[in-house]
Amino acid sequence: MLGRTANGLFWMFRYIERAENTARLIDAGLRMSLTRMHGHEEEWESVLRSSGVFSAYCENYPEVTSSDAINYLLRDRSNPSSIVCAIEAARNNGRMVRTALTREAWEATNECYLDIKSQLARKPSNADLPAIIDNIKQRTGLIRGAFHGTMLRNEQYNFCRIGTFIERADNTARILDVKYYVLLPAAFQVGSSLDNVQWESILRSVSAHRSYGWVYDDDYKPANIADFLILNGRMPRSLAYCYDKINANLSYLEREYGKGAACHETAKATLGMLREREIQAIMDTGLHEFLQGFISQNSRVAAEISEAYRFYQD
Amino acid sequence: MPFDEMLTADNLPRAPYKGYFNWHSEQKTSDLIKKSRDAENIFRKTGITFAVYGKEDASERLIPFDIVPRIISGSEWRKLAQGIEQRVMALNAFLDDIYHKQEIIKAGRVPRALIEKNDAFLPEMIGMRPPGGVYTHIIGTDIVRTGEDQFYVLEDNARTPSGVSYMLENRETMMQMFPELFHLNKVRPVENYPKLLRQSLAAVAPPGCDGRPRIAVLTPGIFNSAFYEHAYLADQMGVELVEGSDLRVMDGKVVMRTTQGYQAIDVLYRRVDDDFLDPLSFRPDSALGVPGIMDVYRAGNITIANAPGTGIADDKAIYSYMPEIVEFYTGRKPILENVPTYRCSEPDTLKYVLENLPELVVKEVHGSGGYGMLVGPAASKRECKEFAEKLKARPGNYIAQPTLSLSTVPILTKKGLAPRHLDLRPFVLVSDKIQIIPGGLTRVALKEGSLVVNSSQGGGTKDTWVLED
Repeated sequence: MLGRTANGLFWMFRYIERAENTARLIDAGLRMSLTRMHGHEEEWESVLRSSGVFSAYCENYPEVTSSDAINYLLRDRSNPSSIVCAIEAARNNGRMVRTALTREAWEATNECYLDIKSQLARKPSNADLPAIIDNIKQRTGLIRGAFHGTMLRNEQYNFCRIGTFIERADNTARILDVKYYVLLPAAFQVGSSLDNVQWESILRSVSAHRSYGWVYDDDYKPANIADFLILNGRMPRSLAYCYDKINANLSYLEREYGKGAACHETAKATLGMLREREIQAIMDTGLHEFLQGFISQNSRVAAEISEAYRFYQD
Repeated sequence: MPFDEMLTADNLPRAPYKGYFNWHSEQKTSDLIKKSRDAENIFRKTGITFAVYGKEDASERLIPFDIVPRIISGSEWRKLAQGIEQRVMALNAFLDDIYHKQEIIKAGRVPRALIEKNDAFLPEMIGMRPPGGVYTHIIGTDIVRTGEDQFYVLEDNARTPSGVSYMLENRETMMQMFPELFHLNKVRPVENYPKLLRQSLAAVAPPGCDGRPRIAVLTPGIFNSAFYEHAYLADQMGVELVEGSDLRVMDGKVVMRTTQGYQAIDVLYRRVDDDFLDPLSFRPDSALGVPGIMDVYRAGNITIANAPGTGIADDKAIYSYMPEIVEFYTGRKPILENVPTYRCSEPDTLKYVLENLPELVVKEVHGSGGYGMLVGPAASKRECKEFAEKLKARPGNYIAQPTLSLSTVPILTKKGLAPRHLDLRPFVLVSDKIQIIPGGLTRVALKEGSLVVNSSQGGGTKDTWVLED
């Protein structure tokens, strides 16, 4: 397989994951603005920060309003991570690597692009937003379904999966990092309804507000939330889960090609660390520092993968 | 009245169309219109689009597909195929000659200046004989019809002809939508084209290639108008689709960058123009090609299909000499006629062309895709006048042809069948043998009376049937 093809598959699935995550963030933001009587613009600032586009947003808009923030995240062409741009980038990468995809996987991607593009051609009304967000999640789900149902479990599959989980781990870590302070013990707030709303919004951003209740007791506890999203190996958006999958897919490539590379070592070490750490230790030594360290480690794995498999010309 | 391939003057179907016509008469137009929309959805979903240059917004479009097939009888096809084969043999012999002994020039049949001053003539190819002696591996011969037995070759596309994916997808779509039609009519298959292409390319691998030749398709990338076709052919042949950035020259071979290191390529089916193929030999600013590939080629370590420099054979200025060229190399009169062609470079001819502009079609010698041409009968007085100035400024840049009354086949409109002009591009594969795929790409003008069939100018396509009879 061409290095460029591996790169195309990797990024195609990163962008699909990104579009889906952005849809979830908007969803969580909308929910917050419904449940809060005042100051919800603050919420949109943290949504923009979680999406990693806050400073770029500020260059384009004078202030944070829900309407501008939603538009920027959904359909602004100047935002390369907007849903419209991410889906277009996923589709362009898919077109480039068309020969490595099954017909079903390609058509689901192409139809997702055509559908979302026409749906977001104009600024949607507030009343239409929930349906649009649902549609984005459904369309990206269809791509995933076609992909899982039809792709051979070979190197192509592995690069797609690695892209998905690198992006997802990055997203989950950023969502937590933007809100890390609400998870820190601060006497004057603990137990207030404000905390509950904030904590729920973190869980909603990764569609985990229901499953949390199944795993832990019903009350939100900061350490449990952090544990769920960082260390819980059954939570499909947790850092531990993502690294379990990244390692499994990298191991396949190692066996297939008969040799490993630096990325294998780094990914293995990252997984080992996530398996051994206790959440209390992370909270004690600094959640923010931990997440910052993880985000840069995750980028390093991505860079080492692109080097090992010759994604780019040297 | 132009010749209609489906209906005679008495509104009766001609022989090859009888089966289809009877079936069609039993269908409701509204049902067929619905089927047309279904077909369009299939194309859109599959992503069979082409890029229109110079239009930012609608950068990807569908080529309209008309569901009424274009039907050619077995006996009509046999004559066409013989004529095409003869012409293709002559084109390859001509290329071999002008890059070697140049006997046709010495014999005074083609002017030396026309060859050697032509941009499409590549001095880099002088003395170079490609593997298997084949220059044009893939050819798309454009043919027009004006009557029961009148076929003309309009152009020999000997560089990188496109459209074959539409031939294949059109057939696929027709078989999906109207399976019963293929029971009623014995239509010769075209779907083995990718397999034949692969075999044909493998057959001309460099002599030093041991084992199964490694083949790749070279594309300029996803923004090229024919990208869909490049990906489609690579996929169907089961070979890599590469871009210039994937390739480099290493140890005297062209290699591609894979996830496991560099792998040599033996045969490159390139869909990149000569100019961009090798920045060291041709345009230095090209990022689409492979620096040094021409050295590998000259050393006999890679087959490039089509060979660089084949453009000299389908150049519009050379076109008018094709009857002489065919006779010179095959010893026989051409089976298929050329459209009479005026060379504007000759002063007397230029005068005639200028006086008769409203009746003529004038084309740029190097143009393609219907850009930069004048269709006299359809042009306004002002357009003719403006074009005359261009002609006078650079007469050598133009040829002119009489406006042919192209044949028609009906398309489906809301009001039922309506005749439209069309042409035909059959595809030919050359290796140790010449194979002509029974069918081709039929391009049809969708506007009533229009003679311009190019997809870039709003033309559509039809499935093309060659009957077994």
